[in-house]
Amino acid sequence: MATIDIHVHTEVHHHDDHEEHDHHGNFWTSYIFCQDHKVIAKQFLITGMAWALIGGVLSVIFRLQLGFPDAKLEWLRPLLGGWLTSDGKIDPEFYLALVTMHGTIMVFFVLTAGLSGTFSNFLIPLQVGARDMASGFMNMLSYWFFFLSSAVMFTSLFISTGPAGGGWTVYPPLSALPQAVQGSGLGMTLWLVSMALFIVSTLLGGINYITTIINMRTQGMSFTRLPLTIWAFFFTAIIGLLSFPVLFGAALLLIFDRSFGTSFYLSDIYIAGEALPHVGGSPILFQHLFWFLGHPEVYIVLLPALGITSEIIATNSRKPIFGYKAMVGSMLFITILSFVVWAHHMFVTGMNPFLGSIFTLLTLIIAVPSAVKIFNYVTTLWKGNIKFTSAMMFSIGLVSFFLTGGITGLFLGNSAVDIQLHDTYFVVAHFHLVMGSASFFGMIAGIYHWFPKMFGRMMDERLGSIHFWMTFVGVYLVFFPMHYIGIAGFPRRYYSWTNFETFSSFADLNMLVSIAAIVTLSAQFIFLFNFFYSIFRGRLASANPWDSNTIEWTTPRHPKHGNWPGDIPTVYRWPYDYSKPGAKEDYIPQTIPYSETPESNLPHENELIKLEMGNTGAIVIDEKKH
Amino acid sequence: MMQIIIGIGVVLVLVILFMIFRIGNLVGLVEEVKTKVGSGNKINAFLFMAFMVLSLLLFFWYSFAHFKKYTLPVASEHGKITDDLFWITMGICVVAFTIIFIAMFWFTYKYQYQEGRKAEFVADNHKLEILWTLVPAVVMALLIFKGLRVWNDITGPASKDAVVIELVGQQWTWTARYPGPKDEELGKIDFRLIDPTNEFGLDLSDKNSFDDFKSQTLHLPVDKEVLLKIRAKDVLHSVFLPHFRVKMDAVPGMQTVFKFIPKKTTQQMRDETGNPNFNYEMACTEICGKGHFSMRFPVVVDDDETYMKWKNSQESWLKQNPDYLKFVPANLREFAMIKSGIAPDNGSQQQGVVQSVTTIK
Repeated sequence: MATIDIHVHTEVHHHDDHEEHDHHGNFWTSYIFCQDHKVIAKQFLITGMAWALIGGVLSVIFRLQLGFPDAKLEWLRPLLGGWLTSDGKIDPEFYLALVTMHGTIMVFFVLTAGLSGTFSNFLIPLQVGARDMASGFMNMLSYWFFFLSSAVMFTSLFISTGPAGGGWTVYPPLSALPQAVQGSGLGMTLWLVSMALFIVSTLLGGINYITTIINMRTQGMSFTRLPLTIWAFFFTAIIGLLSFPVLFGAALLLIFDRSFGTSFYLSDIYIAGEALPHVGGSPILFQHLFWFLGHPEVYIVLLPALGITSEIIATNSRKPIFGYKAMVGSMLFITILSFVVWAHHMFVTGMNPFLGSIFTLLTLIIAVPSAVKIFNYVTTLWKGNIKFTSAMMFSIGLVSFFLTGGITGLFLGNSAVDIQLHDTYFVVAHFHLVMGSASFFGMIAGIYHWFPKMFGRMMDERLGSIHFWMTFVGVYLVFFPMHYIGIAGFPRRYYSWTNFETFSSFADLNMLVSIAAIVTLSAQFIFLFNFFYSIFRGRLASANPWDSNTIEWTTPRHPKHGNWPGDIPTVYRWPYDYSKPGAKEDYIPQTIPYSETPESNLPHENELIKLEMGNTGAIVIDEKKH
Repeated sequence: MMQIIIGIGVVLVLVILFMIFRIGNLVGLVEEVKTKVGSGNKINAFLFMAFMVLSLLLFFWYSFAHFKKYTLPVASEHGKITDDLFWITMGICVVAFTIIFIAMFWFTYKYQYQEGRKAEFVADNHKLEILWTLVPAVVMALLIFKGLRVWNDITGPASKDAVVIELVGQQWTWTARYPGPKDEELGKIDFRLIDPTNEFGLDLSDKNSFDDFKSQTLHLPVDKEVLLKIRAKDVLHSVFLPHFRVKMDAVPGMQTVFKFIPKKTTQQMRDETGNPNFNYEMACTEICGKGHFSMRFPVVVDDDETYMKWKNSQESWLKQNPDYLKFVPANLREFAMIKSGIAPDNGSQQQGVVQSVTTIK
């Protein structure tokens, strides 16, 4: 242990040599092609917010069709132009494009890049005590690949044949044949190019996150003293690194099928009056490859949000997070299991039923660590002293969504029950709550909580409350009714249900859902106003506005590139010493040694005081060597 | 003009909201100096409690009051079992959900910030952790056990005398192909033989294809095991029979199957639901392009007698398209004409029809 500490220390010391980089760069090097992790995080954040707005608007447009099927949407013509039919309704093919782009944008551009990109970049160096990421340059490349990818995807929204329209899962043959749907022409090509760039960006980021967490922790920051945020980002990066390349492979083969006449996914197809030459491929192969990323992707989206809220809930309950080890353990278990449950998306695709049995078993096992996490969250609230900051309320919202949406996984994961529910609105309700809304709330909570560190000012808490209540109630009103619609058998991705007697009811609930969606989207403008207004005119933030223990709050109000003006602080304890009996304050930051808090130390912590002295000794020896 | 007025109105409202926000902000600054946690904390705690109570009431009220509206009557044997499993799972989930939901929001309300109080330093409790790992694990094991047994039964092989029907998905219609009553065997198909008339791609060198017939309605016999053989011609589709709890993708290049036993005829269902216009329907549940939402296929369940009557009255595909006799190998042509019903099954007229066919050629 001691040797490790010394090793870590030399690492730290090395960085101390060129302490705060005082940048005298111009606008381009300090804001655009910047290598400072904090600036890159903000770039990811702003881009992610722009995408969230686009994704949200797209969803409201198709909700208009579903909630008000008879409405004339002529007033949307300036925006949609030819995508409206002559009688003022949304073109059915464009409807599919809307659904597809909403999914792609939200899953990848908002909740992967916007969430992980922002908070992994911002928090990893600040919370482990590093000057910057392991490779600032790679980190910058990661953002710019994401930007390129965004540009390509954004362009695809405006081409004449429309963006990809085969669903965000882009199952071939639909996505491979331009004859099948317009969006499978140029739109799909751009989708694939954009995703390839996106994967490069994710990998560059992920390698950096992992390296930084393993190699660049400050002295004393052992793995067991890492905040849960960092654990979550660590696992997320590992999942991404292992699963995104598989999507890259899947996309590459799809490109071959589309452009070079191969038959990886295509076989026995007769379309548009001709039999295609493809023989021997299998569309199921694509589904396996896609979901090998697609399912871990759920956890790539969710784990950072869970990490962020663990931190926020502990801080604002003024209590240690309940079961730190169980939290880490369950995240590790989820990480491992996330790789072996993918085929539960494919129970009724014609996959071998025996495989279905295996995946039912593995899928329902993953419910156990998820349940443990929920219990730990709830117990953390128990006997706390809860401050309802906006961040805290959004975190409680996340736990609520995680519970509501997660529990329906028990239905869908069970293959026999899934037969009826597969591809109905029950699934839509399930994943929008457990993955979409929960992760979105984690992201928003993170923004409220770390805004003071990002911009040196506070966001308005009152607007934050209004934003929370409108969004929280709004999201429930959007997604909860979908359970009923799903149990009634309504299929997903339907432009209209009027062709079927079986699906002729629920016009009322669908209208309610659409209205709730519009209200929820409007509430986000309160947030946007609050965000941009507070950047410039918000109340000045104090150094540690939430009385938090983690070390990012020991930096100055506006940390420069390099984060700490002097030495990087040494860490002496875990980050959750809140309301420790005997302590004067209800928090003890990680940088306070046990030797300074004899009144609150637990018996085994008193023994650690000796080690703390040892560490100081190591510094002396180390400096002599230099 | 109207638009300009509305525009000005919207701007005015926004400006007023902004002013209110500014004033609130300044007042807040003054308050903030006195206490660190403002009155907003109490309000939010109360709102969480109110949210919990109201949302649970709404949830239980709607679930009971509108039960009929969101549940589909079930009309197949395995459907009853999967429905049972669904409602068992629902029972477990609702109990667990309600307890955790109440606990969470109750703690949120009860342990709201109070000046001078200190939170309790509870970092972990191994007994509790083990307990709430084991309880979900055991419940999960029971659900898996029951689920897998049902799943194995549903996906197991169909019995030999099951009624075989082929369903073919294409953009954006379904067609059904029945083996003719003469051989009860579906003929071979090949996607390269598909043309606008031969939409199944029937391989007419196979004897079994001669009496196969096409149907634009899915007719099913009640109380008999039905084996659906499913395929697609262009992109993925998915067979969804909501009342029978049947769903299976149609995949180009790969045949998929689903077996089930319809338990109620259309007429029985009409009587039971009190809806004289009730009809079974089949839908597509795999995104397949612009007409995805319109792939309705009517379904009729008849008693055995009516079903057989209907089946025997259908003309074979070959009889409807006698031009295609030319694709039948010469040595089988006569047999084909008899089996498809082009020629009545007696010696005297046969000769004549053969001649007429050859003259056509």
